[in-house]
Amino acid sequence: MAEITNDKLLWIYERMRFIREFENRAAGLFAQGKVPGFVHLYAGEEAIAVGVCAHLSERDYITSTHRGHGHCIAKGVDIKAMMCELYGKKNGSCNGKGGSMHIADVDKGMLGANGIVGAGGPLACGAGLTAKIKGTDQVTVCFFGDGASEQGTMHESMNLASIWKLPVIFVCENNGYAQTTPSRYHCAAADIADRATAYNMPGFIVDGTDLFAVYEAAGEAIARARRGEGPTLIECKAFRYYGHFEGDNLSYYTEEEKAGQKARDPIDKFTKGVIERKLLSKDELAKIDARAKEVLDEAVQLAEESPYPALDEVLTDVYVSY
Amino acid sequence: MTTRTITYREAINEAIRMEMRRDSAVILMGEDVAGGAATHLEEKGEEAWGGDLGVTKGLVQEFGRSRVRDTPISESAFIGAAVGAASTGLRPIAELMFVDFLGVCLDQIFNQAGKMRYMFGGKAKVPMVIRTLYGAGFRAAAQHSAVLYSIFTHMPGLKVVAPSTPHNAKGLLIAAIRDDDPVIFMEHLVLLDSSGPVPEGEYVVPIGKAEIARPGKDVTVVAIGRMRLFAMQAAEALAKDGIDVEVVDPQSLSPLDESTILESVKKTHRLVVVDEGNPRCSVANDIVTLAAQQAFAYLDSAPRTVTAPHTPVPFSPPLEDAYIPSPAKIVAAVKAAVA
Repeated sequence: MAEITNDKLLWIYERMRFIREFENRAAGLFAQGKVPGFVHLYAGEEAIAVGVCAHLSERDYITSTHRGHGHCIAKGVDIKAMMCELYGKKNGSCNGKGGSMHIADVDKGMLGANGIVGAGGPLACGAGLTAKIKGTDQVTVCFFGDGASEQGTMHESMNLASIWKLPVIFVCENNGYAQTTPSRYHCAAADIADRATAYNMPGFIVDGTDLFAVYEAAGEAIARARRGEGPTLIECKAFRYYGHFEGDNLSYYTEEEKAGQKARDPIDKFTKGVIERKLLSKDELAKIDARAKEVLDEAVQLAEESPYPALDEVLTDVYVSY
Repeated sequence: MTTRTITYREAINEAIRMEMRRDSAVILMGEDVAGGAATHLEEKGEEAWGGDLGVTKGLVQEFGRSRVRDTPISESAFIGAAVGAASTGLRPIAELMFVDFLGVCLDQIFNQAGKMRYMFGGKAKVPMVIRTLYGAGFRAAAQHSAVLYSIFTHMPGLKVVAPSTPHNAKGLLIAAIRDDDPVIFMEHLVLLDSSGPVPEGEYVVPIGKAEIARPGKDVTVVAIGRMRLFAMQAAEALAKDGIDVEVVDPQSLSPLDESTILESVKKTHRLVVVDEGNPRCSVANDIVTLAAQQAFAYLDSAPRTVTAPHTPVPFSPPLEDAYIPSPAKIVAAVKAAVA
């Protein structure tokens, strides 16, 4: 087990709790009609984004998916600006022009949620190429789902990253379903991580609900990338509490799957682990819980009160100059 | 600045070389842009091909394999990598060997490169160039001869240029590499071997500016890419009949220099647009619409278009020759416009 400092453990818990709180609020606000459009929630997968991003600095990059809120929060994107973005408000992360599915903050190294499944792979290779050509030790993490693992872009990207030895870590978040289609149907391989062999890179399977397991595997892969030894594929097996998008009633989940989720809850598991091993106190965790509620209360209030973009902004930001 | 005669191919090569010397953030990647990666040639610091048609010859010898990168045949991955690299500090030039291959990487161009800045509220920039070969006349048949610049022109967030002369190819490519937006740089297959006067040093042909290739007073002929050459031949023939043609080469299709086209139409009162692309939803129709909406009162006859038919490019040489708009077809259209 990798040693994690007390401060880092507190940061990890805080990020996971912020993600859960953000997603639960987003679900409610969507149901009330306050958040428009498509919303894909990350609750249940918190240990993956946080366990990986715990090793990254602002200078490192990530590419994300349509289910991107968790990646943003783990990478340090401002939570209030994120909530404003979900509302389509002027002071959102993308000035209200991206929404949930395109939320981004390049200054924080977050290269965007993405409405196109599998599109992040090539972008991650490009960010990795920049670091390689400029000779920095920056790494790029490409988060993608089990559904994206069947896209040609991901196969092309893993091959390219491997032949060019790019500092890219491919983190597959296998939550079991590509929309409603289970991975046992859509994936010919027993495990997605098996494909690493074909691209001549290390491949690992970890329990994506176990923060410590993700943290350890990601730490090794990121260190390897920083040493210039090329990419790694990590398949994190997890689940999602909510549907593919909000409005999906999860009719395709079995009763056993639903019943088994609580025992796999990544935040409960982390909490139990740190309390049992006396790494953090209940009091410390309770303070973070309270803070998460407070921050999200403020974020929702700000989003409610903030103005929409001016109508002429429909025409701006297409080009730097035109 | 000393000027000498070089080919369109050499002009493109020179523009890339100059910009790579000027700015270490400029890199080049694509299939066989050097060629011979990981073979005895790489050990010797040499290339195999220097591009499928030799356009990028000699660049790997000067800039090395880190900045001149052969790619696998994975257009989505390397065009997308260019987008990712552009948004994180490089200025990549990616070569899509033939524009017909856009079907295997369009998402990275359309949804990523073209939309990133807008989706992120103006907080990203994507300074990249996609160089791509297009056009019929090479006997390359349906999947290596299409025009397709109208597709890119339709997409917000992309700039599109289609130079017709070696001079403009060099100046527009330098402008494209220095531009902070994604630029699609269309290289006509048949023009690669054409030659013309090109200054030796650095210069920019601004994106978004049309060029009046031949001033005239009777009819405006807007002609794109290789069609400019045909329009000039048609204009010479028509001059003998006393018809004075003004040839306007838009050079940039996005942005389009609307004012130069409109000023010309307002002067000549007649418009013929020559576009090698297929006619439906074409740049030709876009320019006709521009004139109809903004210069209707000036028009003495209906605007006309000379385009390829609405078919793929045929292989058989006589069929391909019949497919491509010709000087004779332009002459006929101009005569109809002035009749």
